[in-house]
Formats: sequence, structure tokens, C-alpha cells
Amino acid sequence: MASARPVLEAPEISRVLTRIAHEVLERNRGADDLVLLGIPTRGTHLARRVAERLVAAEPGAGPLEQLVGSLDVTMHRDDLRRNPVRALGRTSLPPGGVDDCVVVLVDDVLFSGRTVRAALDALSDLGRPRAVRLAVLVDRGHRQLPIRADHVGKNLPTAAEESVRVMLEEVDGRDAVLISGPDDAPEPAPEPAREQAPGAADEEGAR
Amino acid sequence: MRHLLSAADLSREDALELLDVAEEMAATQAREIKKLPTLRGRTVVNLFFEDSTRTRISFEAAAKRLSADVITFSAKGSSVSKGESLKDTALTLQAMGADAVVLRHSASGAAHRLAHAGWSGVGVLNAGDGTHEHPTQALLDAFTLRRRLAERAGGDPARVLEGARVAVVGDVLHSRVARSNVLLLETLGADVVLVAPPTLLPVGVGTWPCRTSWDLDAVLPDVDAVMVLRVQRERMGGGGFFPSAQEYTRRFGLDGRRLRLLPDHALVMHPGPMNRGLEISAEAADSPRSTIVEQVANGVAVRMAALYLLLAGEDAA
Repeated sequence: MASARPVLEAPEISRVLTRIAHEVLERNRGADDLVLLGIPTRGTHLARRVAERLVAAEPGAGPLEQLVGSLDVTMHRDDLRRNPVRALGRTSLPPGGVDDCVVVLVDDVLFSGRTVRAALDALSDLGRPRAVRLAVLVDRGHRQLPIRADHVGKNLPTAAEESVRVMLEEVDGRDAVLISGPDDAPEPAPEPAREQAPGAADEEGAR
Repeated sequence: MRHLLSAADLSREDALELLDVAEEMAATQAREIKKLPTLRGRTVVNLFFEDSTRTRISFEAAAKRLSADVITFSAKGSSVSKGESLKDTALTLQAMGADAVVLRHSASGAAHRLAHAGWSGVGVLNAGDGTHEHPTQALLDAFTLRRRLAERAGGDPARVLEGARVAVVGDVLHSRVARSNVLLLETLGADVVLVAPPTLLPVGVGTWPCRTSWDLDAVLPDVDAVMVLRVQRERMGGGGFFPSAQEYTRRFGLDGRRLRLLPDHALVMHPGPMNRGLEISAEAADSPRSTIVEQVANGVAVRMAALYLLLAGEDAA
């Protein structure tokens, strides 16, 4: 699609994930009882990257395998009957489970909030965490449920018809966040638009 | 996927998708809370015109674990014994709001008829039709085999069954399990050999995508799994398929001696129910390489996957 324009590139994504790792540690006062669960597909990779940074930053943080897992929410979604059937992602918990842990859900884009709603349901079938927090790379607004992220990589004001696409090295071969208008809508010259978007969003990003 | 009628309808991609979904379903069944909300509000009818224990219970457990409502309907004690036709039964079930029907019937092709006669719009899962097919049994056998072989050798799960050597032994003639297994294993790239007395091989077996043999001892040293079929004496009427049970056991039964002819890693499978002492000895059935109980457990995961793929998506127009 010609109208897709990048709003985050690889170095920015890397810095954002480092910041999120430190925020998570600060909020949790260390890495004790911490479990990061990524929501497949891209959330899983993001969770892993945040966990790697967390282990590097915090001497007491346990090995990666005890810190990070994945949580597939497909079977808890409320829109299954509106779409063609989906393949399932993998759910894998650290060996200790999630009981009495602080679980940080990690996803790429926070939009309607329905995926997170499904994740909370899926999580409650797996155990009883002490607290659940939410970290996302991009918050693009337009929530349909009373859900808010605790750690946001970048707030990205969008129109509902626009689409935000997160690309990650592990899945797509490169790191980038792209925003594109409604299909084939003529974008008013991509260059100026690109300058505007990061400026508007950065202020909110750090929260 | 609209219906699951025959292993022949499954492409390699369909079959692998179903096995992958089943793998995730199996993982959910290891948890403390096994129930998922996925099929809430859907109704599954188990329509069993023939006796069955494990298939009926397995489908019922699978549907319930996915939160579907289950209505079990067995021919005994129903209007079928008063002479109601399959068509009228189907119309009744649709009027009750069934989304899917799991059908076990003694007539080959009954599931196909129910799915394609235009009587109703429900999804149909074939749970065994006469001597024709039993696709979910073949899928759970393939699932079990793939899991065990992958544990041993590792590698890409999509390719584990490529080149796997499987012997299917016994009453092929009356077995819907054998036909479904041959078709599915061939789709997945495995190499199947049927071993049976000539009287228990169906006419036209030469057109099946597999080899045949009459010599079990010669086949066993060379396989990754041996699948023993039940001798279906209830379908044999006056007999005459083999001279005596003892002679059948001597030539085609899996006993302790034959067990030791197998390679160390080879598995012993049986779809159940077993005739212990006829086609399989207690030593073989209870040996550590037997997957017979595991097959039953995997059956629930595979049937959950089939119900999920049939019912979870949007309604077909």
C-alpha cells in the first residue's frame, strides 16, 4: 500500500521497549514474582524483548524462561462468530505458573480493548495472579471497553478508519510501526503527514 | 470446513491445521480448568444409531469442554425404533436448533446423505458410517503417532509423518477405521501397509494408496507403528472369514513374540474396543509401547479441534 507511512522505526522501537522494561521494574519495585505474557503473534516477541531488557537491567531477575510466556486469547474472543475461523496460537506459562504473580500482558497495538478483555478471561482460567498490568507498543485510541494500558510505548492518535501495522524482525523481517489510511484513499502528500504524527504522539508517550 | 465426512476430503493443509489446533486443545486439557467459552450458545447433537462408548463420550466431553450444549440421542428408546426415517430425525433436530450433528450410523454414506441431501443446514461430523469411514478416529491416530514420533526425533511437526511406516493389521474388510487411516496417512505422507487374510481385505483394495501383505512377521521389523484392528465378529454373520479364532490369532494376532519383532521405538495402537486374546494379547495391549489409553485421551482434543473448526467461525451463508 503506497499510503503506509512509518511512525516508529527500529531504533525508536528499541528505545521504547527499554523504557517499558524499566517502567515495569520501577512499578513492581524489582523483578520479584513478575511474569510477562505476550499475546500472539507479535505480543509474544515483544514480551520476550522486554524480558531480555529486564534481565539485563536488574541483577536479581531470574532466567528468561521463568519470566516470560505467551497467552493465546483466540478461544476467548467475542468476535469469533463474525469472522472466518482462526488458527490457534500457543499458550505457554513459565514453569511456576501465574498464581500470586504480577502478570504484565504485552501486546503490539491497543485499539478496541477487546483482545485485552479476552486475555483477562483467558488468564483467569490459568490461575489467580496478584495483579495484572498491561503494556503495549502502540495505543491508538478508540476504546470500546473500559480498559487502559499501564505502560504505553507510543500514543498514536488515529482515525478509526486508519490502520496501524506493527512489523517485527522475528515475524516480518524488520522493525517498524506503519500507519495507513483507509484503503486507496488518496493521502494528502505523505511527507508532511509524517512529520506531524510523531510530534503529536511523543508527549503522551512517556506518561 | 463445513462438514467432516471423510478423511478423503481433507487436504494436507486441512489435516495439519486440525492436528495443530488439536495440539493446543490438548494443552488446555492439561490445566486445572479445562473448560473454554469458545462454543457458548452452540448446540451439538450426538446422533447415535449404533452402539458406541468411547466415540460418543469423547464427542460429548469435547463439546462440553468448549461450552457447547450437548444433546445425546441414541436410537434405542427414540422414535427411530418406531420407524422414523433419518430425514425426519434430521428435520426434528434442526427444528430444535442444532448447529452440528455428530452422526454414527450402520449404513455407509449416512453422514454424506445427511450433509448433502438438502434436508437441513447443520454441520455434520461423521462419527462412523457402516464400514466406510471414521475420520476423527484416523485424526486421533495420526495425532498420537505424530506426537510420539516427534518426541523421539524432533523436527518440523508438519513433516514428522512423512515417510513414517505404519502397518494396519486385521479385519480391514469391516473397518471404517482402516479406510480413514489409510487415506489420511497417505495425505500426510506416511507409508502404510495393510496386513490381513485375503478374506478380510475389501474388494478393490488394490486401488487404495497403500501396500498389502499376508505375512505379519515379515512386516513388523520394519515399521514405526502397528495399528491392530478389532475383529468385528458382529458384522461377520455366518462366519467363514477365517477357519477359527485360534488360527486367526496364530497368524495375525499381536502377541508377545511378535511384539519383540518390532523395532525398539515402534508403537502399538488399537482403536478399541479390544478383543483381548484374539487380535491382541494382554502383553501387547499393556506394554509400555502401547498408546491405546493415550489414543482415548487424544480423541477428546482432536474432536475439540474438529468442533472448533466447524463451529467457531462465522455462519456459512
